[in-house]
Amino acid sequence: MKNDLLIKICMGTGGLAAGGSEVMDAFKKQLRVKGIKADISKHCSIHRVGCRGLCAKDVLVDIILNNVKTTYQFIKPYMVERIIEEHVINGNPVEEWAVTEDYHQFHNKQIKVVLSDCGNIDPEDIESYLNVGGYDALKQVISTMSPKDTIEIIKKSGLRGRGGAGFPTGVKWEICFKETSSQKYIICNADEGDPGAFMDRSVIEGNPHAVIEGMIIGAYSTGADKGYVYIRAEYPLAVERLKKALNQARQNKFLGKNILGKKFDFDIKIKLGAGAFVCGEETALIASIEGQRGMPRAKPPFPVYKGLWEKPTVINNVETLANVPYIIRNGAEWYSSFGTEKSKGTKVFALTGKIKNSGLIEVPMGIPLREIIYDIGGGIENNMAFKAVQTGGPSGGCIPADLLDIKVDYESLAQVGSIVGSGGMVVLDENDCMVNIAKFFLQFTQSESCGKCIPCRIGTKRLLEILERITCGKGREGDIELLEDLANDVKATSLCGLGQTAPNPILSTIRYFRDEYEAHITKKKCPAGVCKDLLSYVVIAEFCKGCGACKRVCPSSAISGEKKAVHKIDPDLCVKCGACFEACKFKAIGKG
Amino acid sequence: MRVEDLDVNEMIGDVGKIICEHDRKKGVLIHAFQKIQQDYGYLPGEVLMTLSKKLSLPLAEIYSVASFYKQFHFSPRGKKVVRVCMGTACHVRGAKNVLNALEDEFGIKQGETTDDLAMTLETVGCVGCCGLAPVATINEDVVGDIGKKKLELLVKAIKEEEK
Repeated sequence: MKNDLLIKICMGTGGLAAGGSEVMDAFKKQLRVKGIKADISKHCSIHRVGCRGLCAKDVLVDIILNNVKTTYQFIKPYMVERIIEEHVINGNPVEEWAVTEDYHQFHNKQIKVVLSDCGNIDPEDIESYLNVGGYDALKQVISTMSPKDTIEIIKKSGLRGRGGAGFPTGVKWEICFKETSSQKYIICNADEGDPGAFMDRSVIEGNPHAVIEGMIIGAYSTGADKGYVYIRAEYPLAVERLKKALNQARQNKFLGKNILGKKFDFDIKIKLGAGAFVCGEETALIASIEGQRGMPRAKPPFPVYKGLWEKPTVINNVETLANVPYIIRNGAEWYSSFGTEKSKGTKVFALTGKIKNSGLIEVPMGIPLREIIYDIGGGIENNMAFKAVQTGGPSGGCIPADLLDIKVDYESLAQVGSIVGSGGMVVLDENDCMVNIAKFFLQFTQSESCGKCIPCRIGTKRLLEILERITCGKGREGDIELLEDLANDVKATSLCGLGQTAPNPILSTIRYFRDEYEAHITKKKCPAGVCKDLLSYVVIAEFCKGCGACKRVCPSSAISGEKKAVHKIDPDLCVKCGACFEACKFKAIGKG
Repeated sequence: MRVEDLDVNEMIGDVGKIICEHDRKKGVLIHAFQKIQQDYGYLPGEVLMTLSKKLSLPLAEIYSVASFYKQFHFSPRGKKVVRVCMGTACHVRGAKNVLNALEDEFGIKQGETTDDLAMTLETVGCVGCCGLAPVATINEDVVGDIGKKKLELLVKAIKEEEK
């Protein structure tokens, strides 16, 4: 065999959790055992690649034989031998393990800019990035363009901050460029804290050099000579890959003194976050780097004027920076050809929850929400009914089914009471209780509130208390109005983005699912059957076969009944754990 | 790291040149905590006192910064740290059940450590593997898609390492 063989194995956090490194070992072993060594090994390489999006089907493996690519899904180590034997040696791909139609459908409507190389290149090897045009943008910028030219391109491209606020990146750079100061900083904000979001982690794990290249270009344009990447300690793999990438960049003279032989010095340090959600807010992030409690301060002055140690500081999100090299390489017009009039380019979303194809996606701004859910996401899991999609994490809102046709961009989502945010998208189905979802987010924001300003510290606590009482059946008349009132106050008077947006999940769920709140308060019922205190379990006599399965699993011996006779649940003993509901094969346990 | 050997100027690097001494000392605090915790597994009181003397910063100030961040702990932790993800995706896919099951199994509540210091049970906001929800991590390994079967395996994995 003298054919070129390339094997690519997904080794993002998702891939690794599904057993990516074991699969890789199996491939290495099998190649050795099968004696595909002498001439093949020269042409053959095994690469680890970053996340390619469809984490639900991990471990994903590409076999590229003579330039023909076959992608396999759900690969386990024991399957490797057959793949090597039938596909690599005999040239017949193992069809039954190959990806199916939904894998292609998942990718068809996506447009990849930031993720274009994620999942294709080896994130731990700079050569791999250089081979696909990596650092070309930096070379172009440093050798032929002034900072002003660069800023002009970024402005023209229409790139806006991808961390959530959507501030035009070029404008931010320009302000910083115009500041006169002996010292300026650029910070990459990788403190991705929204529950249900993993875009930044995947970008760093899949293509760390793009972020670094973007940062160097940002530093050149703004005049910063020191950079920080502030990254969550909960992302060990991303930190490790970033460290490796920084070292490689230094060795290749992309970082350090006199970069690429020009009079331009810049280096990047990694700062590990210490576990505080509020540190994603830029002034809190700065406080944290300075070694203080990570509490925000009032703005203005904005960090571009007075930031880290009182010096002008540009703070950009990971995804924003990773876009920069691609914009420089392909031009501002190319980038702004995607998207809508006001929201240009593409956006990475983490599509999760009750959706068939959950994973990482990149779509042009302005794509209808329906296409994301049904075409890319493949619809709702287990054929349940779609109820809502939650965007923007704890700062965002829920979008109900009748608004599925809205476009996904900064303005349209804001209009319906949600936000694009950092890009989390959690799909909810008929079994999710919206009051409970609102409570979930408030629990999060309440515990993450730094406590500096009163509206947020006490307001979120009071909001949570009201939600807790509603979900445990003690809701009072007027609670909905009280929630709305208080929510608007917290929004209007909080110091930073955390408090200003924390009530959004409540306001948007009340706006679209007021009836669920009312059912909890007046009827003391949870329509979705989630809130435990409002539930009761009963045996539906006509379906009960008397098999005793429920009786056996009941932890509180609340179920009685003879074999083959209809069973009964004693409501006084029932602890509402739901074990009987899950154990019954005949759907004879009803909850309501 | 021995706190006595801590070199503020080296730890803070070049930026130290432009800030005053007090800011420099404060600037290394979080970094120092991370190093201490790496060695001891937590931030022992007497080490923080040494740090306070070394940096001439009041212990109260040191404690105020350390206690702000969830990452830092003031009591010893288990050999295995199990974190159950409570992110949105995990929440709607039954993270609560996973947590309850582990709490029952090991007889500790979230945030607590077993008496033999074998295991600490915690929750985490989001580990960013939402595609595999519900998820838990044992030290740095991620376990995904935790259904009933996987839960038993998870418990087994935790116990195995305890020996």
